[in-house]
Amino acid sequence: MIDRRALLRLAAGAGTASLVAACGWDGGNAVRPLLLDVSRFNDWVGEKIFFSKSRLAPQYDIAQRTVSVPSYFISPMMPVLPNPSAWRLQVGGLVREPQSLSIEQLQALPRTTYTVKHHCVEGWSAIVTWHGVPVSAVAERCGMLPQARYVRFDSFDSGYSNGWDLASAMHPQTILAYGMNDNPLPPTHGAPLRLYSPTKLGYKMTKYLVSLTFTAERPGGYWEDQGYPWFAGV
Amino acid sequence: MIASGLQIYGAYARFGERGGPYYAPNPFQDHGFPAWSRLGGWLAGALNWHFTLMWPLIVGGLLYLSYLVASGEWRSLLFRPRDIRGAIEMQKYYLRLRKDHPPQGKHNPLQKLAYSFIILMGVLSVITGFAIYKPTQLTWLTALFGGFQAARYWHFWAVWIFTGFLVVHVLLVFIVDPASLRAMISGWYRGRFPSHD
Repeated sequence: MIDRRALLRLAAGAGTASLVAACGWDGGNAVRPLLLDVSRFNDWVGEKIFFSKSRLAPQYDIAQRTVSVPSYFISPMMPVLPNPSAWRLQVGGLVREPQSLSIEQLQALPRTTYTVKHHCVEGWSAIVTWHGVPVSAVAERCGMLPQARYVRFDSFDSGYSNGWDLASAMHPQTILAYGMNDNPLPPTHGAPLRLYSPTKLGYKMTKYLVSLTFTAERPGGYWEDQGYPWFAGV
Repeated sequence: MIASGLQIYGAYARFGERGGPYYAPNPFQDHGFPAWSRLGGWLAGALNWHFTLMWPLIVGGLLYLSYLVASGEWRSLLFRPRDIRGAIEMQKYYLRLRKDHPPQGKHNPLQKLAYSFIILMGVLSVITGFAIYKPTQLTWLTALFGGFQAARYWHFWAVWIFTGFLVVHVLLVFIVDPASLRAMISGWYRGRFPSHD
């Protein structure tokens, strides 16, 4: 014999759960703020507990590279510079000497090359070789001030931007990449310059860069402001 | 947890590096799950549910395991090599190859096997989750499961096995001994099997 009260309770629970699921519920006005608060807590856990400034992502053999790597941008058409030779990376904010750097100047700075695994928030992964200059080398060149706690990266892809914690930005494998798989960075992957790091999910790596700004306040970001995790460390 | 996981799965409904080969068997390859089974509305919503509900799961799981250890209750739950013989005898009884019910403590050896297995599956669900959550910071853990995509695969299957067990388990409760459902939640049993007390 089935216990009636137990069954009723179970039905009530299952009913609520399926109602929640059926609405494709992101939490609504009641729960969504709570979920975002926990997400902020998880950012803290990601940065303070999991992330290590000195731990390097494993590197792979170039023979293991992925043949076709998907490319994303938010503009309706692939963003392309009208006058590529006029492009400069603007470095500013909490720095002693703001800079305006050409690709040639960036390529003259210390060069890092690695073949690493890319992790997309969607769940796919790919192995790619990247060539670029560590963000830490650019910070050193412009004289980053001690008040700087975050870095904001802006692009010419319809206002796409990302905010980073300083520790992740200064990680030795966080680079401004001008090359991909032994070739110049193609327009599909953010030419002329994109941010790269094997310690973050793909959406944190701003493509089509125009500026890098050191800040004291936490900058938002295109996807982050819509609810995607802000720290997004892997 | 499961419903938001199904929503997350839909964003890349296969297991393997870009361009394959893909891990098999996967009856759900290239298929999302129906809307009624998903939670979150979109990927970011599902991630926020998943990464919020993981805390009650982890904290509850750790409290439960600590209780098992501290109370000594683990002794009546953990399947050990010495239970193998008893498990065979019990199986014989269920298959009617043996007439009398073998003597047992709180749980018979087959129950111990089932409960030890399901705790292992719960632990595995959480650990494979961490392997996917921080594959770069926890490279060793992710490598233990064969890499990022393999860890995704095991995470998926661990949860299906866990869910399958749960469904069969609760169905059996209703068929065999509804009173034990109350006992599962409250901890007190007042039913027709004295040995459960």
